[in-house]
Amino acid sequence: MLLSAIVILPFAAALLIPVIARAGAGASLCLGGLSTVMALVALLAQAPLVFQDGLVVERHAWVPKAGLDLAFFVDPLGLLMAGLILVIGLLVMIYARFYFGPKEAFGRFMARLALFQGSMLGIVIADNLLLLVIFWEMTSLSSFLLIGYWSHRADSRRGARNALVITSAGGLALLASALLIGHVAGTFQLTTILGQPDVVAQSALYLPILILVLFGCFTKSAQLPFQFWLPGAMAAPTPVSAYLHSATMVKAGLFLMARLWPILAGSEAWFLIVTTVGLLTMVVGAWIAIFKTDLKAILAYSTVSHLGMIAMLLGLGTKLAAVAAIFHLLNHALFKAALFLSAGIVEHETGTRDINRLGGLWRAMPITATLSTLAALAMAGVPLLNGFLSKEMMLEAAVHADYLGVAWLVPLLATVGSAFSVLYAFRFVGRVFFMGSGRPPGELAHDPGPGLWLPVACLIIPVVAIGVMPGLVAQDLVAQAGSAIIGEDPPVFELAIWHGWTQAFQLTLVAMVAGLLGLWVLRWLERLHAGLWHPSGEQIFGKLLDAGSCVVAWLTGRLQNGSLQFYLAVFCLTGLALGITAFWGGDLSAGTRPLMPLSPLGIIGWLVVLAASGFAVVAHQNRLLALIAAGLAGLMVALAFVAFSAPDLALTQLSVEVVTVVLLLLALNYLPKTTPRLRPLRRFGVNAPIALLAGAGVGAALYALLRRDVNSISAFYTAMALPAGGGANVVNVILVDFRGYDTLGEITVLAIAALVIYSLLQSALRGAAARRLTEWPSSAQAGDSHPLLLVVLTRLLLPMALLVGLYIFLRGHQAPGGGFIAGLIVGIALILQYMASGYAWASRRLPTDYHGLVAVGVLVALLTGSVAMLVGRPFLTGGFMHLHLPYLGSIELASATAFDLGVFLTVVGVVLLVLAGLSRMARLAEPSGETGPLTIALDRGENQPHRRTEDVGHAPIFGSSFARDAADPTAKEPD
Amino acid sequence: MNHWIVAPVLLPAVLGALIVLIARFDPVLQRRLSVLGCSLGLLLALCLFMTVLRQPALAYRLGDWPAPFGIVLVLDPLAAMMLLLSAILGLAVAGYAAGREDENGPHFHALLQFQLMGLNGAFLTGDLFNLFVFFEILLIASYGLMLHGGGEARFRNGFHYVVINLVGALVFLIGAGLIYGVTGTLNLADLALKAPLVESGDAALFRLGGICLLIVFGLKAALVPFHFWLPGTYRSTSFTSAAMFAILTKVGAYAIIRASTLVFGFGGGAAAHLFTPYLLPAALLTSGLGLLALPGARSLGTLAAFAMLGSSGTLFVGLATDESAGLAASLYYLVHSTLAGAAFYLLADRLVDRSGGRFGPQGDRILPRLAEGQGRATAAAFMLLAVMIAGLPPFSGFLGKIFILQAVLGAALAPALQGLVLAVVLLGSFFAMAGFTRAGVLLFWQPAPATDEPPPRQSVGGVWAIGGLMAALLALTVAAGPSLAFFERTANLLLAPEAYVSAVLGQHVQAPPAEEP
Repeated sequence: MLLSAIVILPFAAALLIPVIARAGAGASLCLGGLSTVMALVALLAQAPLVFQDGLVVERHAWVPKAGLDLAFFVDPLGLLMAGLILVIGLLVMIYARFYFGPKEAFGRFMARLALFQGSMLGIVIADNLLLLVIFWEMTSLSSFLLIGYWSHRADSRRGARNALVITSAGGLALLASALLIGHVAGTFQLTTILGQPDVVAQSALYLPILILVLFGCFTKSAQLPFQFWLPGAMAAPTPVSAYLHSATMVKAGLFLMARLWPILAGSEAWFLIVTTVGLLTMVVGAWIAIFKTDLKAILAYSTVSHLGMIAMLLGLGTKLAAVAAIFHLLNHALFKAALFLSAGIVEHETGTRDINRLGGLWRAMPITATLSTLAALAMAGVPLLNGFLSKEMMLEAAVHADYLGVAWLVPLLATVGSAFSVLYAFRFVGRVFFMGSGRPPGELAHDPGPGLWLPVACLIIPVVAIGVMPGLVAQDLVAQAGSAIIGEDPPVFELAIWHGWTQAFQLTLVAMVAGLLGLWVLRWLERLHAGLWHPSGEQIFGKLLDAGSCVVAWLTGRLQNGSLQFYLAVFCLTGLALGITAFWGGDLSAGTRPLMPLSPLGIIGWLVVLAASGFAVVAHQNRLLALIAAGLAGLMVALAFVAFSAPDLALTQLSVEVVTVVLLLLALNYLPKTTPRLRPLRRFGVNAPIALLAGAGVGAALYALLRRDVNSISAFYTAMALPAGGGANVVNVILVDFRGYDTLGEITVLAIAALVIYSLLQSALRGAAARRLTEWPSSAQAGDSHPLLLVVLTRLLLPMALLVGLYIFLRGHQAPGGGFIAGLIVGIALILQYMASGYAWASRRLPTDYHGLVAVGVLVALLTGSVAMLVGRPFLTGGFMHLHLPYLGSIELASATAFDLGVFLTVVGVVLLVLAGLSRMARLAEPSGETGPLTIALDRGENQPHRRTEDVGHAPIFGSSFARDAADPTAKEPD
Repeated sequence: MNHWIVAPVLLPAVLGALIVLIARFDPVLQRRLSVLGCSLGLLLALCLFMTVLRQPALAYRLGDWPAPFGIVLVLDPLAAMMLLLSAILGLAVAGYAAGREDENGPHFHALLQFQLMGLNGAFLTGDLFNLFVFFEILLIASYGLMLHGGGEARFRNGFHYVVINLVGALVFLIGAGLIYGVTGTLNLADLALKAPLVESGDAALFRLGGICLLIVFGLKAALVPFHFWLPGTYRSTSFTSAAMFAILTKVGAYAIIRASTLVFGFGGGAAAHLFTPYLLPAALLTSGLGLLALPGARSLGTLAAFAMLGSSGTLFVGLATDESAGLAASLYYLVHSTLAGAAFYLLADRLVDRSGGRFGPQGDRILPRLAEGQGRATAAAFMLLAVMIAGLPPFSGFLGKIFILQAVLGAALAPALQGLVLAVVLLGSFFAMAGFTRAGVLLFWQPAPATDEPPPRQSVGGVWAIGGLMAALLALTVAAGPSLAFFERTANLLLAPEAYVSAVLGQHVQAPPAEEP
């Protein structure tokens, strides 16, 4: 429990701090500090066990099937890192409390810092590689929030974004490597993986794993060429820079390299990549640091350089180098955090971080000057401070390194790097505290309160203590941590100030002298530097990002070009390719069914369909002609159904065709008469073959299918329709009983379609569409809005049509017919009334809520189906009985009839609802004040003589008759 | 016979019709009915979910006709899971739309209910043609929701949507016809038994029919190159409708899982593993094309639409392994991406400028002013959802991706192919992260230029819908262990569908007397 508490405590604090942030900065600090102290106690409680057994493990299941556990372990390396994170964290929190002004949102800052702290602790004590990756990415995310803390500043935003993009890209690479390691090792348990180093080292995936791990580590630890995000991250408040960007987060990459050292180090590839990158980073970072004038930039590049140095040590692959690496990691964390915090004090007091504007501050700020100087001297590697010891150890390791047979290369570059670090360290303290004096920004400055300098002092104490008494203070810890890295006992080494007149000591001296000499020729060096090419990684990266986003936007735009023809062409071509591939994957036997004889009528019908379809393509610009052609094709299909003895289908097809064509004609009335010309022939030449091929493919498949017999379930339907379904018309029994559920679905589709059409037309009554409609040009179409003949005829026909509908409906179960067809027939009859006599006239006589009619239809079907459930049978279970009535004889009462009634009502409702929608458009387009239609004198209320329309040119046959003003049952609709 | 199985279809159907009938002029009653119905639906889905924890499959014979002659509904873990998902989404969207999107035009709630009916019907049905019917319900209801509120962009893209999907419906019919023509049955369980027995002389036609199904399901799932309808549709519709659409692509994924395990996987035969070779390339292309577009996204709608496209692709990576672990991982990711996508759309809706077109026709251009006046909670929710969608730790998106990648590494694929999958999926995360970071920084960090104009009017409230979806995502993260175990069981049942088949075909002729739960 203690180990997970170490990680959970900061997260808990991160969640609680926003809640109590209103109580003030002190409360936030207390909570953050308390959680840190408690975690530290929990950690230290483990220390004796760790030193005794070398390892403390704790495991909780999370996703066992994926090998992802909440597993933690602490070994000396983890202990050292976790201790650093907690101690420096505590100091930084205290410092930050006094660093931020009263107007800053300190609670927000503390919450983010605690979030980071928890994630960072997770990295160093996770015993599961996937868990480690999770925490790794969470440090990237929390670091993003911390760098962007002053989000109103452009450099903060840029720095935060770059840091996130770079480090989380590394995190994703690390995830890939973790998955590969887990795949190779069969587990994600770090302790197990480290216990069997050869498994990974010998595997075929070693090189990909290595490269991915190193990509992750180099991005996190700001190695070349990813170093630029770290200086960019200096836009963060200084406590963040001290904590994340010098002491902890940037060490995560190095930590992981150390952690995986047993399984990854030792190969040629590891040595070459890590040593090379580390050396280059060390030298280049140090060189750039010499010339920066911003305090934090100097420290950032020096951090890059020191990180390179530690990476180089890890890359050397020798055990002593690994020990030196962890020792320098510790030392650097201490003195660099101190330096950052001091730089923060200087900025806090003087308002600037530019060393050209600073100088001689030691008089005004003696405490800060002392602390900074000690830290800087440690950074330079001056004896009696901790930096000296680890740098000497580094040079000792470098002396023995053999780089591709060149023995002098590594020591030389290491010495150059050291010399540079001496140079920038002295320049740093010299320019800020000692050279020059009395420049304006320094005048008002004075040492801050202890809240700011005490944390620095706390960091300097171990710097000096290790430097003076290394054997006593650090020997054991470093030896234990070193053995944790190596996986076995470390080589014999002694941390001491004086090892004798060794090569390493000589090189230290050389570096020191060279650095001091460099100070003397600094002006000359600066001129040299100014003449060199210095690319800005940040700018290059920004340009790359911009270019990348332009390229993908272009690519997306090209593919998603908004052309339906293009989309459909791709659809058809891919479909064809897939179909042909699948088809060729199996055999096809020749059909066995004999071909039917060709009848001349059949050929004519076939030719008519072909001609109509072809005509629709050619004449597509003229909408009316195209519609008529399509209707013709539909009618021929109905005839085909007749020819193939499918009267139900023929009836359905016929009535559907009539209703759709009529409704489409009404709709076309308010659309432009022609469509815009499609693309030029070039496109046509591409698309036409594609369409023809697709059609030919479907035709061929259907031909092959129709030539074979199949033993299907249809025999059941014909056998059971009458005895079990109570109907002689198998098609109808299938529709309302066997597969009544499908029919229920289909009438729902119809109902929804009607609602959608109505909503669509409703929205056409607003905005631009409505404006176009009100300006609709009336064109001469017919001389009479209500032709007498039509009116009389339709009214005479109505009762007959209704009777036919009823007949078709009732006989449906036994003979061709049914609710659907009946609904369409009644629908057609009613449409005729509306067209002939005008919408207002007709709707007054049929005052029905069409929405309601549709809904009632669906509900009737649903309820009929549900009745069966009351008696414990499944939904839609049918029942029928024969009633013997006097005079009428035997009548069959079937639940299917009630279901069919629902179908009927829905269909009628849908037709009328669409009609109502169209009429609303018509009213808007032609608000003619003309009087009503022909009314027969007997008619109550509207005893008007028929009047011929005077303006012959202003009376379209559908439109204006349709558009009469009078009350419309749907007019109460809120718009 | 457990009558509750048919209830997820009947409840929204009755509600949809009732809302039209009695609440057409009463927006408040509409909302109440809709939200109440969705709450009941969620309860119902939970009960059914509990049922499948005990039983592998339950059949419901509609009309009391024996299978394979009548239509059968089948409740198995996959169906129950999808029902639960659609119920959660339905409740969130119905609640969120109340007082917002439903004021922009008539019939929003009725259409939403019918949409739920279509979804639930598609998830429950055990019949190929009935699946077609419910695809039609889905399509027409989603078309209505998509156009809700009107506007030129919606009409244009809606036209594309409906035309492409109608072509898809045609292909579905052709495919179903071919399969019926060869096997003589439409019942999925019956097909599972008949598919291995297809004679070699019929194999070509049967395979052709199968590939037609793959095409139309791939179209629904927006797999490249059948994906063209998705960005335009999702980008131009209202964010509230788009939140509901987060599950639409999953219907395609569901159908592919169903068909590939039941008809084209189980028992071998001429068309065994028919889909497998095409899934991985399509998945990688979809994921790549979708997520690659994110860094270039200039509006919230585009960002979300392409993220949906990418997630649809990622989802199929696991399916393509054709193994239990991959299937389980994909199911986990399916749930995650649906919830995350919907939550993001609802959040985006809170940001959209409602004052009318000042920032372009959609008012969702990613500009600092869009998020002006939004609280820190919105920013935090945006970041959390971005992290979830991009698949960064520690949330379900990340877990889903590592489950999928682990399955890919464990599957019998060429190492180079595994490497490619790893690269595409992780680069996808990278691009998503870059895109969302850019958007988040612009929206929430960049100060808006000072203007005299009043700040845009933004919607308030609806927090519980977004919060609820995010809570579900958190639960999916915390309970990843049990969830994955459930999905593994689901996957195993899918890959060895004896329980499914025997539940449907086992007892012939008359159903046993009713047993109420």
